[in-house]
Formats: sequence, C-alpha cells, structure tokens
Amino acid sequence: MKYIDEFRDRKVVQALAQEIRKASTQPVKLMEVCGGHTMSIQKFGIPALLPGTVELISGPGCPVCVTSRSYIDKAIAYSQQKDVIIATYGDLIRVPGSESSLEKEHAGGAQIRVVYSVMDALQIAREHPQKKIVFLGIGFETTAPGSAVAILQAYREKLTNFFVFSAHKVMPPAMSALIDEGVKINGYIGPGHVSTITGMKIYEGIPAKYGLGVVISGFEPVDLMQSILMLIKQIETGNTRVEIQYKRAVKPEGNVKAQQMMNEVFEPADDWWRGLGVLKESGLKLRSKYSAHDAEVNISADGMVPLREPKGCICGEVLKGLKKPKDCRLFGKVCTPRDPVGSCMVSSEGACQAYYLYNR
Amino acid sequence: MKDDKILMGHGSGGSMTHELIESLFVRYFDNPILHEQGDSALLKLHGQNLAFTTDSFVVDPVFFPGGNIGKLAIAGTVNDLAVSGAVPKYLSVGFILEEGFPLDELEKIVRSMSEEAKKAGVFIATGDTKVVEKGKCDKIFINTSGVGEIDDNLLAISSGKNIKAGDKIIINGGIAEHGMAIMAARNDMNISTSVLSDCACLNGLIAEALEVSENIRFMRDATRGGLGTVLSELVRKKDFGIQINEDKLVPKDSVRGMCELLGFDPLYVANEGKLVMVVAANDADRIVEAMQANPLGKQAAVIGEITSEHPGKAWLNTSVGGKRMIEMLSGQQLPRIC
Repeated sequence: MKYIDEFRDRKVVQALAQEIRKASTQPVKLMEVCGGHTMSIQKFGIPALLPGTVELISGPGCPVCVTSRSYIDKAIAYSQQKDVIIATYGDLIRVPGSESSLEKEHAGGAQIRVVYSVMDALQIAREHPQKKIVFLGIGFETTAPGSAVAILQAYREKLTNFFVFSAHKVMPPAMSALIDEGVKINGYIGPGHVSTITGMKIYEGIPAKYGLGVVISGFEPVDLMQSILMLIKQIETGNTRVEIQYKRAVKPEGNVKAQQMMNEVFEPADDWWRGLGVLKESGLKLRSKYSAHDAEVNISADGMVPLREPKGCICGEVLKGLKKPKDCRLFGKVCTPRDPVGSCMVSSEGACQAYYLYNR
Repeated sequence: MKDDKILMGHGSGGSMTHELIESLFVRYFDNPILHEQGDSALLKLHGQNLAFTTDSFVVDPVFFPGGNIGKLAIAGTVNDLAVSGAVPKYLSVGFILEEGFPLDELEKIVRSMSEEAKKAGVFIATGDTKVVEKGKCDKIFINTSGVGEIDDNLLAISSGKNIKAGDKIIINGGIAEHGMAIMAARNDMNISTSVLSDCACLNGLIAEALEVSENIRFMRDATRGGLGTVLSELVRKKDFGIQINEDKLVPKDSVRGMCELLGFDPLYVANEGKLVMVVAANDADRIVEAMQANPLGKQAAVIGEITSEHPGKAWLNTSVGGKRMIEMLSGQQLPRIC
C-alpha cells in the first residue's frame, strides 16, 4: 500500500537500527510527547529494535489523559439537562468522571452521540433545531482548527443551538513545564499532527532555553527510527535544534489558514493539565465574539458532582515521564482498559493502555 | 466503578462479554456442559455425540456488501458447529421483526438463507416468528440454533486440550474483511470501497482439512473480537504461549487502507469466514495445501506456532522486526457487527 509500506519496510528499519547502534555512545532518554507516537512505538514493537543506551519515555501528548476529571463531570451534567445532545469523539466515552462516565450515562438514557468529525455534530444541530448540541472540543492544535471551523460555520449560519465545550490545549507550554519541573530527558520526539498545523517555530524555545533537540516525527516505524537517529546525532554532536523528519506532511510554517481560523475563534487561557497543574496560556477558550456558541457560557451544569480523584493512580507522573505505567500498583490489576481508573488507561493514545495492550 | 447497567461493551465478544457470562450466566445456569464454553456444547444422546449451538444476529445494516443478516445467521451457526469438529445437520430459525419492515426485503433475506443452507448441506427444521411495534427493535433480528453430529475422535478439538508446543497455527486467508465491509456500508461513514464481507459457511473447507489430517487440535472461527481475541483467549491460563508473524497475515490492501484510515487494528476487526486452526507441525503443509484447493482457503497459510516460552501470552513478531503482545479486546470496537 503506497505511503504506508515504504515506511514499514523491514530492511530500512533494520538498517536504521544498525545506524542508531553505531551512533549512540551515551545513555539517552527521549520523550515522545504525542500519544499517537506512544501507540505506534508499542504497536510496532520499536523498543525491541533499540540499543540499551536509548530509552523512550511517554509524555503528556494524549489529550484525553491530560484532561481533568471535572471536564467529564461537567459534560455529564450537561448531558442531563433537558434538550441537550452531547456529540463527542469516541475516545471520551469511557473516561471515568468522579462518579460516572458518558458510556454509563448513555446506557441510562442520556443523549450522547459519537461522531467522527465535528462537522457531523454541526449536522446534528441543523437536523434538531429544538435541541441543544454540545460538542466536546478536546485535543491539541490538531483538532482545535476543526472546532474553530465548526464554530465559524455555526456563526455564519446563525445555528444558535450549536455549542462547543472547549478543553482544547496547546503543546509548547507543557513541553517547557516538564523541563522546568526537573524531568530529565535528552530530547523530544516532536508531535507530527500538531506540527502539520503549527509548523516548527513553536518549538524553538526548547533548544534555545534548554539546549534540547526536537525532531518532528511521522508515525510509521521508519519515521520513528529515523527521528530517533536524528536526535541521537544532534545529542552526540552537541548541535541541538528543531528539525522536521515528517517532511511529507509538515511544512516549516505549518498550515497558516488553520492557524488563522484557530486564532480567530480561540484565545489563550490558563488551563489545568493532569500531572502538571495549571499552565499559563496553555488552553484555548472561545473569544467573546463567539460566546453564543460557548457551552460554558450558555448551558447549565446543574447537578455537577464534586470532583473526586482516584486513589493510587499515578497518571500524573506517567504523563511527566517520571514513572512508567508498570510502576503503578494499580496497573493491570485494578486498572485495565476494561475497568480504567485513570485516563491514561482509557484513551487509545494513553501510555498505560499502550503498555497494557502491547508490552505487559 | 462497577457497572449497574448493560453497556454496549458487554456485547463486544471481548473481556466485558466474558465477565458478564462468567459472573451472571454461568453462575446461575451452572452445569458441567456449559462449563466447557466451546463454540458448541458437546452432548451425548443414546451413545451418539452431538454438538449444539445458538447465536443471535442484530447486524446493522441488514444488507451489506458480501451478504446480509440472513446469510450471516446461517453461516454463523454452521461455523460454530463445524469448528467444534461436528458435521452440521439441522438448524432452527427465529425471527423478530419490526412492524413496517418491507416484505420484499424479508424475502431477499429468507432466499439467501435458503441458498446458504443448501450450500452447507443443512436443513432448516423449525422456526418461530414474532413481530414487535415500530421502534421496539431495529428492522429484523434473527436467532439460529443448530445441531450436528460429531465423531468420537474429534471430541477434543473444541477444548484444544491436545495442543502442544511446536504445533502450527493456520488461518484460511486475509483478516478484517467483515468488520470493514460493515463499517463502509454504514452510511454515516461516506466511504466507498470494494471491501466485501468474507461471510461464508466453512464446514466444507473444514471437512476437507479433516480428510487429510487426524492431528487438527483446535479450531475456532475468528468472529467478533477478531483474530487477536481468539489467540489471546486460546492461551489464557494455559501452560503454552503463541507466536504470530505479522508478515504472514495478509489483509487485502483495501481492508488495510480502511483500517489505517479509521484507526482500527485489523487483528481485532471481525471476520465471518475466517478459521483459525492449531495443527501438528508435521501435518501443517498438507492441511494448508488441502485448504488452498478450496476457494475459501486460497490464501491459507501458517501464521505462527505454539511455544513453551511465555506461557499464557500471545506475542506478535511485527513486520518491521519488533515484538508486541496480543491482548484480548476490551470494551467495544464496533457495535452490532453480527
């Protein structure tokens, strides 16, 4: 299959593995910040291909994982208001809130629909003018432009029954916060999808301020192996910088149109991240011009339950790369994809689920 | 959080379904036959061994590329009998119909059931019809049950108790076709593709394999939870492990493309005409050859083996030379796939 098979070529992967072994003289820890990378790394069995000197650790790049429980609690509270239909991407359905999950509320009769695109949520709003459609806007710079497009469209069509509950976040503040917190890594495997939108400039503070390299990577085995090699060469030569490995998708300037739409609709706001706490200007909230489509402004969250965090869950430390899923005493025992305690076990991009499925 | 209601995941065929069966159905219905939990129950009546099984079909949409709910209902039950080593003989059919369902669509479904039953050499011996008010079920649900005869020397196939380290694992072709055909047929996806469901009765293919070997040690049709779920179930609590080579799995390009696009792992996508066999190493080539002579087994291949290493776990050697574990599907991947 074109554009896939070339990047899963066993010979090329093995050759890159050989080159990595040759180039790597000192122990390094590389962090993949993107949940999609975490999943690919485990799915293709990449760690088995690397020398003992190279350790990969997972970062805070799974949107579901870093989102607070109170977001789920609020979404559930919305789902219980009269005339509300919740539209959401599938990966939020099973995430536990303090007392329940959207899946359980759905079984109890709440109107919750899984959509594959925010545009489907918009269509539901058009088809049900008497209902209020709340789209759960979650994700980084990858999905935020989609939400922005839908909001702009709703604004133009005067679709007064379409709302977005934004937990959208931006990546760079978290990448800096991790280092500021003392997490010891030697380089970042930069997020591929986020960067198709943002371009490479947003990462320039990382080498400038911390002396760490960032290589923006694709998601196939050849991409990941090549990115790891590029990072190791940067580290070994001391020439750390931002580089793009994923050139077939990422332009240095990114997708300018998507950036403009995002800026038109959203403004930066302080936001809470699991494991990292409140990070300055790390979230995206709707600008006041579009507040008619802001769920938090327009929909009552009456009946929202008080926040209760699970005991013993170390999701926060896993997201910072301080601990591995296997270090958690709940992992695989009390906490499984079937019965997840923490969000890192629920999300298909979560480090705990990736380890549970592929590397137990 | 403990569940106090049925969730969609309870019907996934994965670990949630298992839990429900064990914590509720087995607890109340408990008896030695049920305990075996094979694809069919193995019964003895007046000295004759019988296999007995039942299955309900709620697939959405009712018509899909490569089949419809009726064809599926016959093939599903025939296959559950055949993989137990039985020769399928008689089927019952129960219909639950929604008020307003078009009669010509019902006829199309019934016609294909009749064709499929003829092909498989089974009689539909009895049936039942119920109609519910509009909105109380979705178009049509079908239940089929079936009985078959089974030879004394094939009784161990169902439990796989003769499996040994070194045995080979065979599958009769590319995986994930049924699940992706259903996905493409759902009109909210807006995908056009040539993917057809692999839905088919496998009893003929199985009979041909049994003719050339007395050392078929286990068979299962890889339905709802896909190949991955069959393999991880097979090693569960066993003193052997499984190794599968990813490059021997040959999903069609169209199927792979859809899986990539939608983010599905083909290992966990449903099949309705794929058979996993564990066979003695010496017989593997002969069996593969026999299967390849049948149109339903043209791409049959050895995909891995039973190993004494890592007991209780199934590992996949990835096509790029890495390694990863194969775990049972948890929660739901695709609802109402069969």
